[in-house]
Amino acid sequence: MELLNALVAFTNFVGVPAIAYGSQLAIGALGVTLVYSVLRFSNFAHGDTMAFGTMVTILVTWLFQGAGISFGPLPTALLALPFGIAVTMGLVLFTDRTVYRFYREQKAKPVVFVMVSLGVMFMMNGLVRFIIGPGDQRFADGERFIISARDFKKMTGLDEGLAIKTSQGITVVTAIIVVALLFWFLNKTRTGKSMRAYSDNEDLALLSGINPERVVMYTWLIVATLATIAGVLYGLDKSFKPFTYFQLLLPIFASAIVGGLGSPIGAIAGGFIIAFSEVTITYAWKKVATYVLPETMAPDGLVQLLSTDYKFAVSFAILIIVLLFKPTGIFKGKSV
Amino acid sequence: MSGNPYQEDRGNKDATITNTHGAGTMQPAHRKSGPTKKVEGDSPFLIGDCMTGGYGKGPDILHDCTIAVNPGEIAVIVGPNGAGKSTAMKAVFGMLNVRSGSVRLDGEDITQLTPQDRVVKGMGFVPQTSNIFTSMTVEENLEMGAFIRTDDFSNTMEQVYHLFPILKEKRNQPAGELSGGQRQQVAVGRALMTQPKVLMLDEPTAGVSPIVMDELFDRIIEVARTGLPILMVEQNAKQALEIADKGYVLVQGRNAYTGTGQELLADPEVRKSFLGG
Amino acid sequence: MSDTVKHSLLFAFVGLLILMEGATSFAGIFSGSWNSALVILNMGLISAIMALGVNLQWGFAGLFNVGIMGFTALGGLAVVLVSTSPTPGAFAAGGMGILMALVMGALTVVGAVAIYKFMKPGIARTLVLLAVLIAGFFIYRAIFDPSVEAVEAINPALEGNLGGLGLPVLLAWPAGGLLAAGAAWLIGKTALGLRSDYLAIATLGIAEIIISVLKNEDWLSRGVKNVVGLPRPVPYEVDLQNDPSFVERAATFGLDPVEGSTIFVKLGYSILFTVVLLALLWMAQMALKSPWGRMMRAIRDNEVAAEAMGKDVTRRHLQIFVLGSAICGLAGAMMTTLDSQLTPGTYNPLRFTFLIWVMVIVGGSGNNFGAVLGGMLIWFFWIKVEPMGIELIELLTTFMADDNWLKAHLIENASHMRLLTMGLILLLVLRFSPRGLIPEK
Repeated sequence: MELLNALVAFTNFVGVPAIAYGSQLAIGALGVTLVYSVLRFSNFAHGDTMAFGTMVTILVTWLFQGAGISFGPLPTALLALPFGIAVTMGLVLFTDRTVYRFYREQKAKPVVFVMVSLGVMFMMNGLVRFIIGPGDQRFADGERFIISARDFKKMTGLDEGLAIKTSQGITVVTAIIVVALLFWFLNKTRTGKSMRAYSDNEDLALLSGINPERVVMYTWLIVATLATIAGVLYGLDKSFKPFTYFQLLLPIFASAIVGGLGSPIGAIAGGFIIAFSEVTITYAWKKVATYVLPETMAPDGLVQLLSTDYKFAVSFAILIIVLLFKPTGIFKGKSV
Repeated sequence: MSGNPYQEDRGNKDATITNTHGAGTMQPAHRKSGPTKKVEGDSPFLIGDCMTGGYGKGPDILHDCTIAVNPGEIAVIVGPNGAGKSTAMKAVFGMLNVRSGSVRLDGEDITQLTPQDRVVKGMGFVPQTSNIFTSMTVEENLEMGAFIRTDDFSNTMEQVYHLFPILKEKRNQPAGELSGGQRQQVAVGRALMTQPKVLMLDEPTAGVSPIVMDELFDRIIEVARTGLPILMVEQNAKQALEIADKGYVLVQGRNAYTGTGQELLADPEVRKSFLGG
Repeated sequence: MSDTVKHSLLFAFVGLLILMEGATSFAGIFSGSWNSALVILNMGLISAIMALGVNLQWGFAGLFNVGIMGFTALGGLAVVLVSTSPTPGAFAAGGMGILMALVMGALTVVGAVAIYKFMKPGIARTLVLLAVLIAGFFIYRAIFDPSVEAVEAINPALEGNLGGLGLPVLLAWPAGGLLAAGAAWLIGKTALGLRSDYLAIATLGIAEIIISVLKNEDWLSRGVKNVVGLPRPVPYEVDLQNDPSFVERAATFGLDPVEGSTIFVKLGYSILFTVVLLALLWMAQMALKSPWGRMMRAIRDNEVAAEAMGKDVTRRHLQIFVLGSAICGLAGAMMTTLDSQLTPGTYNPLRFTFLIWVMVIVGGSGNNFGAVLGGMLIWFFWIKVEPMGIELIELLTTFMADDNWLKAHLIENASHMRLLTMGLILLLVLRFSPRGLIPEK
């Protein structure tokens, strides 16, 4: 019984949040990794693309809420999501036309693209703050829990409760669907294969008649979709704040690099590795330890390895360790 | 430092932000093709006629160089290192700035076309290096070869598998895991998937063992027997001329000797200078 | 027009902008206050120094440092550690313990590295490594936690930290450089490799970590409770106002004592900063022209050839990375001195890392004068885009009613035009003048 309680406490405070956060990171890292493989640079504007997509979704959500449209027990934001994705696609394609394309024509070096993405980052960041303001926005509505801690206790008779928030359930389900669709697209469709071919060997792709501009366009469309979904899921789970989204860049980059830049499977694995280490290392283990250990050994302190404020430090430490021992990331990315 | 400020990377090699894997080197990625025009009169099926030119704005490497091939023939370009063999082939394929002279395919002047458009016109090209998609399976490589085709290409794929049975066996393996000779087969197979009207091979036997080389040559002859004209650059001059219907010996970007393979092999001058006696 | 004339004019233009800020209040953009002009000038000078440091790394060696914020903050920390007076009793209460814990932590890491190096690979090594790390961590925490608690318990409202050495604040500037250099050495040692490096992600991460350490380790810098009232190298305004001879002299310039004293203090900083900037600029120029500078550029332009000639590329890169970061640390210390407070909560990568990048690129990568110009110019716009934006929006919305929600929203959010404009400037320069305003020769 004690062990079961410990297990439930662990799942409740570590397992569920880490799986949800890991899914969000994984979808974000997939976007970064796609840009890295096809356009061959790390997109510093990715966090702000996520913020933009989420912002549009929030605005549409408010519109729906104002009009009395709701999605039953699910958050209205899910209804607004397609609109968010569409507008973000438009913005990203517009950016590509007006900004990035010129540098492709010049055959600019990747590091120049990185600089350009810094400019885009500033502009998108400014745009989002200009439209919705820098403050915190909560937009999750509908049923808050799939299972609340109290129901769980009643159901099982255990001392510990297990709560699963609707947003966490949605995150995991969406992540599974998105990842399955993405892998199907990359591995089974002609366009997806042409993207992989272009990433593998640009010259040969040209010789095979693959149009680079089309490949780039599809890449941006997918990246916009992934960024918006990741952003909305994160926002539903926690809350939306432009600066937080900008800062998500670090764990997302870390996930992509830990898994191996350019490798989609790596991005997913990296997302979960980063999420689990962040949550486990900053979690106060007192509760679990009290259940597992005999009474005489029960800890006095919180048994927290590091304070939660150090979550960035954790993702970064994992990153350095992986890079020191496996410089191409766990799933052998393109380089590093 | 290069002249183009957008290509200035200051020697940065930070792998977390830049990806150089598979980056393209072909310049005319965005160049638009010029017009083509019908040419009257008798002319070989594919001919690079009196070509003079070089890379970009650089100095001329080719001088009045002529290369031609007809259906059912294997034409081989040989010559010493730095003679401009590969350059001549790239000129025919449009990867070079041809300042004078012309390239004609099937009675059409295609000098102004980009390489991509030449592929559409029916030219299949197998580069010397990086000629396969290493991270993709053999079958996906072939599919990518057929990218411009909108019809059903399963027959062509069967033909390629028939020609290179080992590829059928390894169809689901990533091409990068294959041996050197097998990779070359994938590369040729990929080019054949477009059902080209002419096949151009840039040193297909570079870096493979002599046994594999013989096997590759056998396959190339087999392809030529189907009536497909083959233009090939070869380092192994002797073996290549033995299977060649037509041979071009280039020296410093100029045609030095031209003739059938047997004629060139018999020519004492050619033997002395290039074939080691 | 020769290049020299053109570049001098660019500098004159920045000077003119600052003069106009002091002298006129044209169109609501300039404030017409000499105090405000000097505030912009002082931060502009500091920004120029930061840009100089980043330009050293990027311009001369192609190193992409996105952790400028971290080095700046370390400079700020140095000011606290060097110039504040030690907290009475803090060292006895827990300072020793904290130091011991830190030494213990360092020993654990060194031990782990040694085990990794000297033991044969295998399960045994992994197990020993894990054991050492885990044991080291718990011993570290066992010594560290009570000591920290003891220190933080001392007068928490005002102190609760170890305090500093009580040395003159000017000493803190080189100390800030040294602190940043040490951190840069550690980062460079791990992140700079031969075939490729991963400096970008390493610096990005370390900068965030440094900020979270400053925010959370109250014993060190009081965390988000901030350290205020840091000593200054210039006199205090109040003292000047109480000094009859100063009041008299201010009056000869037609200034009342309050305005006179604030301007006098700010001018003092300006002179100090200008001296530092000029000295660094002179050194950077000399370095550029020296054999060392030529070698750096040779490595940058053709690394393979330089390596074939026997140059140790990684070592050179490490050298220049440490130097550039030290300059950023120095600038950070100067900035904290200017503010006379350390506020870890205000460090933001957009302002302290990416804005510096905009300065370097706009000014001209690889040109020291360009970096200085970029620093001053972009800082001016960073400050002034906000009033300009408000002016612009008011102009554009004059046809709207005053209670229009859109107008209200636009004016309320006009301050965010700042980021938008910086992005636009960066994109325009990258597109139309990719070598910057003063290109590398």
